[in-house]
Amino acid sequence: MSHLSRRPDDAVVGLALPHESAALHVTGHALYTDDLVQRTLGVLHAHPVCSPHPHARVTRIDTAPALAVAGVVRVLTADDVPGTNDSGVKHDEPLFPEIVMFVGHAVCWVLGETLEAARLGAEAVEVDYEPLPAIVALTEAIDAESFQGGQPVLSRGDVEQGLGGATHVFSGVTEMAGQEHFYLETHASLALVDEGGQVFVQSSTQHPTETQEIVAHVLGLDSHHVTVQCLRMGGGFGGKEMQPHGFAAVAALGATLTGRPVRLRLSRTHDMTMTGKRHGFHAQWRVGFDDEGRLTALEATLTSDGGWSLDLSEPVLARALCHVDNAYWIPHVRLLGRVARTHKTSQTAFRGFGGPQGMLVIEDILGRCAPLLGIDPVELRSSNFYVEGQATPYGQGVRHPERLVAAWDQVLRSARVAGRREEIAAFNAAHEHTKRGLAVTPVKFGISFNFTAFNQAGALVHVYKDGSVLINHGGTEMGQGLHTKMLQVAATTLGIPLERVRLAPTRTDKVPNTSATAASSSADLNGGAVKDACEQILTRLTDVAAGRELSWDELVREAYFSRVQLWAAGFYRTEGIHWDSTVMRGHPFKYFAYGVAAAEVEVDGFTGAYRTRRVDIVHDVGDSLSPLVDLGQVEGGFVQGMGWLTLEDLRWDESDGPGRGRLTTQSASTYKLPAFSELPDELNVALLERAHEDGVVYGSKAVGEPPLMLAFAVREALRDAVGAFGPDGTSVALASPATPEAVFWATERARSASPASLVEGLPGLVPDQPDPTAPRLHPTSEQVAEQAADTPAGT
Amino acid sequence: MPEPHITVNGRPRPLVGMPVHTNALDFLRGLGLTGAKEGCAEGECGACAVLVARPDGARSRWTPVNACLVPALALDGQEVLTAEGLGDPDHLHPVQAELAVRGGSQCGYCTPGFACSMAAEYYRPGRERGPDGFDLHAIGGNLCRCTGYRPIRDAAWALGPPPSGDPLAERQVSPAPAVVPTRVDGFARPTDLAEALSLLAEHPDATVVAGATDWGVEANLRGSRAAYVVAVDRLPELREVTTGNTIEIGAALTLSEVETALGDTVPLLAQVWPQFASRLIRNGATIGGNLATASPIGDLAPALLALDATLVLASADGDREVPLAGFFAGYRETVLRPGELIRAVRLPAPLAAHTTFRKIAKRRSDDISSVAIAAALDVVDGSVVRARIGLGGIAATPVRAYATEAVLEGAPWTSETVEAASAVLAQEGTPIDDQRASAAYRSAMLGNALRAWWAER
Repeated sequence: MSHLSRRPDDAVVGLALPHESAALHVTGHALYTDDLVQRTLGVLHAHPVCSPHPHARVTRIDTAPALAVAGVVRVLTADDVPGTNDSGVKHDEPLFPEIVMFVGHAVCWVLGETLEAARLGAEAVEVDYEPLPAIVALTEAIDAESFQGGQPVLSRGDVEQGLGGATHVFSGVTEMAGQEHFYLETHASLALVDEGGQVFVQSSTQHPTETQEIVAHVLGLDSHHVTVQCLRMGGGFGGKEMQPHGFAAVAALGATLTGRPVRLRLSRTHDMTMTGKRHGFHAQWRVGFDDEGRLTALEATLTSDGGWSLDLSEPVLARALCHVDNAYWIPHVRLLGRVARTHKTSQTAFRGFGGPQGMLVIEDILGRCAPLLGIDPVELRSSNFYVEGQATPYGQGVRHPERLVAAWDQVLRSARVAGRREEIAAFNAAHEHTKRGLAVTPVKFGISFNFTAFNQAGALVHVYKDGSVLINHGGTEMGQGLHTKMLQVAATTLGIPLERVRLAPTRTDKVPNTSATAASSSADLNGGAVKDACEQILTRLTDVAAGRELSWDELVREAYFSRVQLWAAGFYRTEGIHWDSTVMRGHPFKYFAYGVAAAEVEVDGFTGAYRTRRVDIVHDVGDSLSPLVDLGQVEGGFVQGMGWLTLEDLRWDESDGPGRGRLTTQSASTYKLPAFSELPDELNVALLERAHEDGVVYGSKAVGEPPLMLAFAVREALRDAVGAFGPDGTSVALASPATPEAVFWATERARSASPASLVEGLPGLVPDQPDPTAPRLHPTSEQVAEQAADTPAGT
Repeated sequence: MPEPHITVNGRPRPLVGMPVHTNALDFLRGLGLTGAKEGCAEGECGACAVLVARPDGARSRWTPVNACLVPALALDGQEVLTAEGLGDPDHLHPVQAELAVRGGSQCGYCTPGFACSMAAEYYRPGRERGPDGFDLHAIGGNLCRCTGYRPIRDAAWALGPPPSGDPLAERQVSPAPAVVPTRVDGFARPTDLAEALSLLAEHPDATVVAGATDWGVEANLRGSRAAYVVAVDRLPELREVTTGNTIEIGAALTLSEVETALGDTVPLLAQVWPQFASRLIRNGATIGGNLATASPIGDLAPALLALDATLVLASADGDREVPLAGFFAGYRETVLRPGELIRAVRLPAPLAAHTTFRKIAKRRSDDISSVAIAAALDVVDGSVVRARIGLGGIAATPVRAYATEAVLEGAPWTSETVEAASAVLAQEGTPIDDQRASAAYRSAMLGNALRAWWAER
C-alpha cells in the first residue's frame, strides 16, 4: 500500500460529515459572488447588448443614445480594450465581436448606476447588422462539412477484419441532445481596482487561474496584477470551467475604466442564451457481434455540436472517444471524432465531459441490438465486460475489472433483478395500456484530466501559534463537498480534531497556477497537495517533539519559539499517467471509477408519460473520504443524468423563419429540470465495499462525474418497457432525451412493429471516414505535454 | 397613514423610494438579507421563497411565496420571514437542522428557499411526522440541481411537531396583519371594491395585480413597466366563498385558498390542484388572475369550462355575468372592459357526476401543459345526457370541444361511443408545433384522453 493511500486509525477522513458550509447554506448566511454587491459601495451594474441574429456582421454601433439614458455611466466596446480583445483560451472568442456568431452574442456592455439603467441603456444602443448565412442544426453542419479543430482517430486492430468475421453486423445512427447546466446561481463577477492598481475579481468560476489569465490578457496586464477569488459557487457542473472568463473580463475592464466596482450577473435568460452547454452528439456506427453476442468490432464517427467556438470541444471529444467502450472489451475499434461549428452558444464542459456522450453510443447500440440478437440485454452487457489483462482501445490496461463484476452482482442480488423481471413480465401480461421495464447498466469512467499537465495541484497550510490551522488549496467549492474533504484530509494528516482546521476561500494570490476544479479529480489532486503540506509541517514538529508526548498546542507553541516554520506549501502531481493526443494513445487515467445501476420504470401507453419506480445503485468511490458527501454526489449525479436522458429538452429554432438560431427553451418555464416529482419512488444507493484505491489520497476515488452515467439504466428501462408494447424481440429506437412525447412515439412504433432504424449486414451504413485534409494535430497548448510524455503503454 | 413598511424577521423595514416594479426579492436583498436568491426570476425555481403571514380564518399561516414575483409595495403592512429569520448558524431551526445534517444542501444556493417552503409545511396545523405526514407537494416548487432530492425528502420526513412555545408556531394563533391601504406614486391598494373600481375609472391604463405571478414574470423577464398598479388581492368582496346551491368563488382568493375552501366539494378541481403549478405559485396566484391573464393553455380554464362556469364581472356600472366559454376573446384577450374586474367565479349546480382532468406535460409536476383536457359527463341509464369538455393548449384560447360533446350527448356510454368521440376530439382545435410538444403529439393526446379515462373506469 502506498504512503499516499494508507489511512491511519481514527482518521477524520471516512467520517460521514455534513457539508462544511451546511449551517451557512440552510440559514442563508453563505455568501455567493453576487451577494457581495450588497456589501460593496458604489457598484455599477453591467448589462449586455445581445445579437438578435445567429450570424451577422456588425456594421455600426451607436452608443450615444444609451449614454443619454439616466443612470448610464459608460458603454464598453472593442475600442476600450487595452490588451487583447479575446476571451477564449483558443484565441477564437473576441470579447467584443465584429461578427456575431449566435443569437445572444454580446456586442457591447452597458454600465449603469442601477441594473434598470443599464438595461434601458442596452435597449437604447443602436446596432446595425448585415446578416450572414447560419448553420444551426448539427446535421446541417455535417452536411455542410462545417467543422472546427482537430479530427482525432482512435483505433485498434482491424475493423474490417472484425466486422467480416462477425455473425451479425448492424449499423445505425444515434443522436443525443445536449444539456443546460442550470446551476441555480447564474454567472456572476464583481471586479474592483484596489489602491495599488491591482485588479481584484470575485467570480463564480471553477477555474480561477484561467479567469485570472483571461482578465490579464484582456487588460494587457501580467498575471500578478490580477487576483481572482471564488468564495463558492451555486453549482458549476462544468459550466463555470471556461465560460466565466469573458464575463470577469468585462467586469474588470469596466472597473479599470470607471474606477468603480462593477458587477456583472447574468439573468437566467442571458445565462441560457449566452453560455455553453453539454455538447449534443451525432454518431454513425457499424458494430459486429459473434454468435454468442460478443462484440467483435466497432466503427463509429462521432460528431459533436461545438457551437461557435472551440472552447473545450476538443478535450470533450477526446474523452467521448475514450469512453465509447464503456465497460466492454471490443477487439477491433476505429473511432473518428469531429467537432461541428454551428451558430449556437459555444458548447463546453458538463459533468462527464464527453464521457456520457461516448458511453451513450455503445449503450444505445447494445440496447437496440439485444432483441435482434435474441440475447437478454442484462446478459449481453455482462458477457462483454472487460477482464483482467485487457486494455482499452487507447492502450491503457483496465485495472480492477473484477470490481465492476462485484458491483454488478451486488446490484443483481440486492435489487432482486431476476425475481422482479418475472414480476414485471406478469404485470405486463396483465396490463394492456401500462408496461414496466427494468434494466441494469454499468459505468467505467477514467479519472484524471486527459491533458496530463492539468494533473497537478497546490495547497497552502498555515499553523498559527495557538495551534489553529488554516488551509487553502487550488480547488473551488461548487457544492461537491471538496472543501469538506480537504478539511478532513488536513485534520487526518495532522492528527488533530476537525474543529482546529478552517478553510479560506480559493484565491489566485494564495495558490497559483491551479487547474480547473474539474474532471472529478479535485479531491485526488488537492487532497494530495494538502496532505503534502501538512506532512512537511508534521515532519518539522516531529523533530521538535523529539520523542516527547506533547499536546498539539504545546508542540506548536514550542516549535514557534524554536523558530521552526509553521506553514508549508504543498504540491501534488499524479504519477504514472501520459497521453499523446496526436495518436490518441497512452495511459491518461490514474484509475477507473466503476458503478452499476438497476432501474425500473412504468410507462403509460396513452401518453408516453412514465415514472421511475425503483433504482438500485452500487458505486465505487474507493475508501470514501466523506461518505455523506459521496452519497450526495452519487444520488445527485444520477438524477442529473436522468434529467439529461429523459427530460431536459434543449430546442433551437431550426426553421428558416425570423427566429432562426434562437434557443426556444431559454427559461425555467420552458426548460424543465428534474423536480421532486422525478425522484424515484425508491432509491437505494450503496458504496462498493473493500474498494481501497492504492496510490490515491487515503485510498479514495473520485466521485463527481461517474454517477451521472448510472442514469443509462433509466433510459434502458424505458426501452425495455416500450418494447413490451410490441411483439417479443422488438428493437426499440429511443430518442434522447426520452421525453414523454419521444416515449409515446416509440410505443406507437413498437405496437406497429415497424422495423427499427437499424441496418443488418455488410456494408450497412458506413460511417464518414477521416478527412485527410482536416487538421489532425492537437492544440498547441498540449504540445509540451506530448514531448514530455513517455512512450505510451500498450503500443 | 403610516409610512409603507414591511415587518421582516420581526423588524419594520420602510418601503421608501421604491419603484413599483421592485420585487420583494430585490427589496430583501437590498436590506442585506441575501439568503433569498434569484434563480430564474419567474417563479419556477423557488430559490427566492420567503414566508408571509397570511390569514387563515381568525388565525394566520406562514405561507411561502416566490419573492421574485411579488411587488415589494404589495407587502406593505405585512409580516415576512426569510431563512435568516428562521434560524442562524448557531441556532438552527429544526427544518434547517434536518436539512444540514442529512446532506440536504450541496451548493446551498437553493437551500434557503427550501428551508422556507419546508418550514411552512412544518407549521401546518395537524401535520404528523413521517412519509404520510409531510406533504412533499409543499416543496414541489423548489428546484435543486445538486442533491437529487432524496436527502431533502428524508429531512422533511424526519420533522417532528414544533416544540411548545415555538414563537413561529404561536404567531399562527393570532390573526394576520390587517389590510393596509397603500397609496404611493404609481401604486395603490384599495381596501374595498368601490374604491378599487373608482381607481380603475381614474386610471384606465392601470395594471390590476393580485398575486402578480404573471405580471411579475412580465416585469422581470420582459421589462414590462406599469403606468399604475392597483392591487386587488385583499379586497374583501373578492375573497368570499359560497358553497350553497351555486358555488361562488371570490376572484382574489389564491388557488391554495380555493383548494382549502372547496376540499372535495368539486372533485374535478380536486384533481386539478396537485397537477397545477407549484404550491409556491398556488399561494400567490388567484383564481381571477388565472382567468384574466387568458393564457391559451391554463389548467384551471379547461376545468372550469367543463364545469360550465360563469364569471361575475364588476364595474362602476354594476355586475354582469358572462359564461367562461364566452370570456376569452382571442390570444391573451378577454371581454373585460376598461374599469372592469372579475369579482367571482360561479359554478352551477348540480355538478356533473363523472369528471376527469388530464394534463400532458414533459415533467410530472409543475410544468406548463402541452395539452390539458377536462371532461364532465352526466350519464343517465347508461346514456350521456350532458357532456362538457374544456381544452387548453390547442388554440389561441382555452376552448370547449363542442364537436366532441355533440358526439357524446345522447349516445350510450360505451367503448364504441368513446372511440367515436375520441376520433372527433383528436381533430379539435388547431394545435401547433412548439418547444413543448409537436402538433401531432397534441392531437394524439386529445385522441387518447377519453380512451385512457374509459380504460381506468
